[in-house]
Amino acid sequence: MVESRAEAMQVEAGRTMLEPEDKDAATPAKPKLRRRLKVAHPERCIGCLGCMFACSRIRTGTVSLQNSAIKVQTQGGIEGDYRVIACRACRDPPCARACPTGALEKRPNGSVVFHKDLCTSCGECEKACLVGAISFGKEKKPIKCIHCGACVDFCPHDVLTMEEIPAEGA
Amino acid sequence: MLRKVLYIDLSKSESWIAERQDLFEDWMGGTGVGIRLLQEECPAGTDPLSLKSPIIFSIGPLNGIFPVATKTVATFKSPLTGELGESYAGGRLSLALRFAGHEAVVIRGKAERPVYISINDDDVKIKDASSIWGIDAPTTGVILRDKEPGVGRRSIIRIGPAGENLVRYACVVVDTYRHFGRLGLGAVFGSKNLKALVISGTETVEVPDPKRYREVYNRLYATTVKTDVMEKYHDIGTSVNISVLNWLKGLPTKNFQLSAFAEAEKISGEMFAEKYLMRRFSCAGCPIGCVHIAALKSAFSTHHEFEVRKVSYDYEPIYSLGSNLGIESAEGILKLIDVCERTGLDVMSAGVVLSWATEALDKGLITSADTLNVSLKWNDVDGYTKALENIAKSPNEFYSALAGGADYAAAKYGGSEFAMTLGKNEVSGYHTGPASIVGQLVGVRHSHLDNAGYSIDQKAAKKPMDPEAMVNEIIKEDNSRGVFNSLVGCLFARGVYTEDNIIDALGAVGIIRSKDDLQDLGKRIFDEKYKFKVQEGFDLTHAHIPRRFYETVSTLGTVTPETVDEMLRLYRRKRGWN
Repeated sequence: MVESRAEAMQVEAGRTMLEPEDKDAATPAKPKLRRRLKVAHPERCIGCLGCMFACSRIRTGTVSLQNSAIKVQTQGGIEGDYRVIACRACRDPPCARACPTGALEKRPNGSVVFHKDLCTSCGECEKACLVGAISFGKEKKPIKCIHCGACVDFCPHDVLTMEEIPAEGA
Repeated sequence: MLRKVLYIDLSKSESWIAERQDLFEDWMGGTGVGIRLLQEECPAGTDPLSLKSPIIFSIGPLNGIFPVATKTVATFKSPLTGELGESYAGGRLSLALRFAGHEAVVIRGKAERPVYISINDDDVKIKDASSIWGIDAPTTGVILRDKEPGVGRRSIIRIGPAGENLVRYACVVVDTYRHFGRLGLGAVFGSKNLKALVISGTETVEVPDPKRYREVYNRLYATTVKTDVMEKYHDIGTSVNISVLNWLKGLPTKNFQLSAFAEAEKISGEMFAEKYLMRRFSCAGCPIGCVHIAALKSAFSTHHEFEVRKVSYDYEPIYSLGSNLGIESAEGILKLIDVCERTGLDVMSAGVVLSWATEALDKGLITSADTLNVSLKWNDVDGYTKALENIAKSPNEFYSALAGGADYAAAKYGGSEFAMTLGKNEVSGYHTGPASIVGQLVGVRHSHLDNAGYSIDQKAAKKPMDPEAMVNEIIKEDNSRGVFNSLVGCLFARGVYTEDNIIDALGAVGIIRSKDDLQDLGKRIFDEKYKFKVQEGFDLTHAHIPRRFYETVSTLGTVTPETVDEMLRLYRRKRGWN
């Protein structure tokens, strides 16, 4: 297993985005892509919370549910189905639009990056996301999925997958 | 990691937190810390249902941090056996305790009126529960979910009517479908006017070396999901054993009159999986998903109107409420499990109590006036349903006696030779041979999981073992499980947590222990538990063994009293108790 999955994935994502592996320059350029976490089969979730622990463990080096960007919740107890809450990597991300200081910034490829130093902890991003994919930890800073895929390896039931979607401007 | 104990006094409506670093240093956590706190809190001869009788919950250093370390241990004085009460539950409780920052919780005293306890991190509130007293266990959970914070990270544990009415084997339901099942913790809750406890927290655990932590985590995780160490629990589940034990002539049937059930195929794990299994789920922190949920759809009118009940099942309830009661359908067993789930009865004890009552009625020790005309006959699901509901309510002297357990009822009405208890605890679903009998009798909580005697018998069926070899195995398991139960791991994952892996996992959270340290810890924990048992009157030399065990052929043939006596003698000698 990759040691720091988050970093590796970011590097990989960057390469896919900026330097598509077009071996033959003569063929038409492939559309530019970015990687996104997809909750493919929420109905298969068994509630082990492996994804949440993976997120906090690999992304932040802590053991925590609060520090996880992905959330698994029950809906009226586990007699009902689980609800898996994850960032959808929106094409027109309302979290970035809502941010008054540019701390959440939409990059040219459509992904959203977080600049902690610019964040004033106003909470507008959390309010803007109807899905509930942004939460605030003890530091009062938004915890946002970076679509690194760390959680995917720790889902025993293939609830989660990574997919490639067209990057903005592609 | 701060190692704190949260104390709650229900009589005084007070709570406080104490740092007990030494306690955790010496006794690790979980059951090691649990037995020490019980010794501190429970004076000799305490009535288990009096206000002096404590409830102790504890977790260990790996809970929430490593895969399958998902259990919480409850330690108390058992109202069923009158001595050591120790019960384990999964769900989200250990995680909630971890993130609330309390590795142990001690509950003392008795509330004036029905209450529930709400714990959010360090904030503890004792709240009125009068309006939910009398409500069944699942509904109580639904109500508290809407009243308390912490969705996605909290745990809700509560009792049903059986606990409120002090049935001595009432359970505590944990989250959904998990339980502190055995030895009557539910009655201790009831005696304190304690309906429920809701706990959640927001702490983050820092590990000393995140890189090392991830390394060990990945290794243990891979062993859990990618090898066959836990395959049995993942697929059909523990109920796969119905067919196996039936074939081995080790499946207790009709109150141990038989060790194979002619109708076993109809109640096999395969049958449950094919016809009723709806989904599986996990305790938080375990990727296996061993909790098997059946959808039981039944028509309540001729106009295509249905009710759907979702019932969890496992090997033990299928034995106790199934083959043991001669139930010939999976549907019938699911109905009986559901009654226990709602009323909050331990499924294992309840089934064994009913199988004793069935024989007692048949033999004329009790009458239909005693049973309030409820028919107690093998395979009579409706009769058994009514009887279970009556036990939870205890409407007359007879049902009150049943609420005291099989040993208690037999002392009153006779039939102790077929009241299937060991150490006063109703036995588990194995008639495999002498190691199962001796293992449950000597075990600290008289559970098959104390030392897995049933597994030793099954090994001996493949390759014969003499009594001494069996006793050696029992002692080894007694001690090593004390260590694992201090962590507190799920015993289904004991194959993942080898001694080396335990040492590595502890090292990753900054606790350095050698193999010798662990073995010493296991022995010390066992000794402390026996000190408590003996203090409360348990005497291995005078323990009652129902004659039925010697009358019904087992996996290893007919067990003789001589073999069992020989093993007990060896056991006492090797323990240095002569």
